[in-house]
Amino acid sequence: MSSPDTPRLDRRTALKWMLAAAASLTVLNRQAPGATASTPSGKPYGADPELNHDYKPGDLWPLTLSDAQRRTAAALCAAIIPADEHSPSAASVGVHDFIDEWISAPYPDQQRDRQPILDGLAWMDAESDRRFGSKFADLDEKQTSTLCDDLCHEPEARPEFAAAAKFFARSRDLTAGGFYTTPAGMKDLRYIGNLPLAEFKGPPPEVLQKLGLI
Amino acid sequence: MPAISAQQAQHEYDVIVVGSGAAGGQAAYTLTMEGAKVLMLEAGRDYDPIKETPMFQDNSVAPLRGAATPDKYWGFHDATVGGGWTVPGEPYTQLSNDPSLQFDWWRSRMLGGRTNHWARHTLRMGPYDFKGRSRDGLGFDWPISYADLAPYYDKVEMLIGVYGENEGFENTPDSPPGVLQPPPAPRANELLVKKYGKPLGVEVIPIHRAVLTQRLDHERLPAKLHPNNPKAQRILAKAMSERAACFWATPCHRGCSIRAAYQSNTVHLPPALETGNLDIVTNAMVREVTLNAKGLADGVVFIDKVTGQECRVKARAVVLAASSCESVRVLLNSKSTLFPQGLANTNGLVGKYIMTTVGANLSGQIPLLENLPPHNEDGAGGAHMYAPWTRYAEQLTGKLGFARPYHIEFGGGRDIPNSGTGTGLQHFTRGSYGRQFKADARRFYGSTMYFSCRGEMLPNDNSFCDLDPVVKDQWGIPVLRFSWKWSDHETRQAEHAVNTFADIISALGGKVLGATKTNRTGKEIAIGKGGRVTHEVGGAIMGEHSRTSVTDQWCRTWAVKNIYVADGATFASSADKNPTITIFALAWRSAEHLLGEMKKGNI
Repeated sequence: MSSPDTPRLDRRTALKWMLAAAASLTVLNRQAPGATASTPSGKPYGADPELNHDYKPGDLWPLTLSDAQRRTAAALCAAIIPADEHSPSAASVGVHDFIDEWISAPYPDQQRDRQPILDGLAWMDAESDRRFGSKFADLDEKQTSTLCDDLCHEPEARPEFAAAAKFFARSRDLTAGGFYTTPAGMKDLRYIGNLPLAEFKGPPPEVLQKLGLI
Repeated sequence: MPAISAQQAQHEYDVIVVGSGAAGGQAAYTLTMEGAKVLMLEAGRDYDPIKETPMFQDNSVAPLRGAATPDKYWGFHDATVGGGWTVPGEPYTQLSNDPSLQFDWWRSRMLGGRTNHWARHTLRMGPYDFKGRSRDGLGFDWPISYADLAPYYDKVEMLIGVYGENEGFENTPDSPPGVLQPPPAPRANELLVKKYGKPLGVEVIPIHRAVLTQRLDHERLPAKLHPNNPKAQRILAKAMSERAACFWATPCHRGCSIRAAYQSNTVHLPPALETGNLDIVTNAMVREVTLNAKGLADGVVFIDKVTGQECRVKARAVVLAASSCESVRVLLNSKSTLFPQGLANTNGLVGKYIMTTVGANLSGQIPLLENLPPHNEDGAGGAHMYAPWTRYAEQLTGKLGFARPYHIEFGGGRDIPNSGTGTGLQHFTRGSYGRQFKADARRFYGSTMYFSCRGEMLPNDNSFCDLDPVVKDQWGIPVLRFSWKWSDHETRQAEHAVNTFADIISALGGKVLGATKTNRTGKEIAIGKGGRVTHEVGGAIMGEHSRTSVTDQWCRTWAVKNIYVADGATFASSADKNPTITIFALAWRSAEHLLGEMKKGNI
């Protein structure tokens, strides 16, 4: 989805945003040496991969994240999708490994996400350290939300957080896509298909009623 | 499928069929059931949907949660293997560097071709669609009318199994009683669009799709399809009895291991093989049709991709069914002293008038669909309903600013979650995260809908393909070079469609996602890039006269009487209807004609 409400940016404003984002991340990169990513070393799976096979992250190409980066990514997944009465947290079903698989993939869309995600993870730790004196994964719930509140809505983020907010939005999308495709996530959404049925009856009366169709 | 190697092929056949998709499958079926010995050549690999289709795998077990990549453009579990917008070692080129003047060509390289993943939409063309020029003065008339093709549409629908309803709409033909299978129950969003579209003139009715909603009547149908042929009846009865009805799970574009959805290799080829009259060689890249001293086709040359060797096989007739543009390529590459510009190309029309479906899309978020009680919306793995064009009379007055119709395909709802589920919600939720985000994801799941224009394109002089003068593929075969241009008829049609979609979304109380206003600047914004709907037809159009067309009404080249073009290349108009069922009907009709000519000793 893209928003109908997003104000149209003129070209100059958009460029300014992009430059600001790039600058802030460059600065942060320098604060977190070693976070610069090499190009993924894996090979594309090609046009004729085995389809009748269950894959997991790391099966097709080497993963990228170090233990420390993985820990930050897991904490971010858990902040975005925590456990509640409906389902477990994204971290507990390994969505950070999906994000690792994603940024490690040898395809253009995924490679575009690679450096911003790595930079963003480094920034989360650096910012946590600056504000609270510990890594992002070690923040308590209140500290986590204090930080996330500054990043969670791009249009409202302060200029100095513009790049981090963009990273947060991308992370939220990846976490959501990663989580809601798992059995736990599908159950949370109450998706009840993908089962063979003897007949297809269409929507039940309570659905038709709610829609004003009966 | 029991394909044989190139070396195992016989030296001579009655007919060589190039391609194994909709056209090749139907041609081979009709020919072998009537006793002709057929060799089918497929450029891709052998492929067995019964063993290879990923049924029930959810996206959690796919790389990248099934997200599309350049290797698997329609998602990981899509049936297409070995094909795509690009095929390694087999390029095509563009006449212009301007992307708006380029054509994107989707190719399949697998047994069964594009029938493995297609949407299974099987809409008959209507009477107007065959006689466009007579009706509004534009484009070309076909040399046949709807009445000529109607019996073949009937036979195809009975053979492959098509669900739908007879609704009696203008230029949207009904089928005879007892031919169609019952349509599936509409989904919630389909019923909503039916209700709210009506005041806007958008009439939502059951779509026709080649998916079995019940088992085929294998006792009644074979005798109707092959009245005087007990062997064919016996073989078909067995093949029909082996197909299951839809079990309402797994999207059809993955293919169908229970054979409920039509694929050439699960519906046409098994009975054809059972006759003992069909040999299939896969990995066989046809380069050219060869001619004998009398100027008649006597076989083809192909490259065996396994050994890289050039092979020759002989036949009394050749049926090109390689897909519209690939068949054009074979003709253009078949150069001889008789046809220095390519086979059947004396009038320079081979490759001309490539047409494709006009595509334009709009999505919307529909609050009414939020927080619906959970229910299973998988259905038949594709659309149950669509909206045919209904404004023929108004259009004919010229008021709409574009001459030809479009129909609306749409969908949404509680699909199996994919890598995009729960994404892009930031602007709906003011950036929620945490427990609130989970509540928001539940609320918005299933509440977005998309609407797609599927419109007729008029043929024009700027949309064609020829051979690139320099570039060859890895087999040394010259490749196609495309030129493309939409006319105002298409860009205005796309604009009209998108504005209609915005009206439907508003009527549903929803919000349009992304831009709606098109063409204010005079630029082509709404319309998708040429080729993206993968419905290309034309290039060897049929007509009344040899100087204005490439084939006669039997899809037989005017220039060489034993070459037939059975795929979409002979279409003289594109129609808004998805082309596949018309390809089946034409292939059946031309194969019957070929059988007749062989029987009479003319071929």
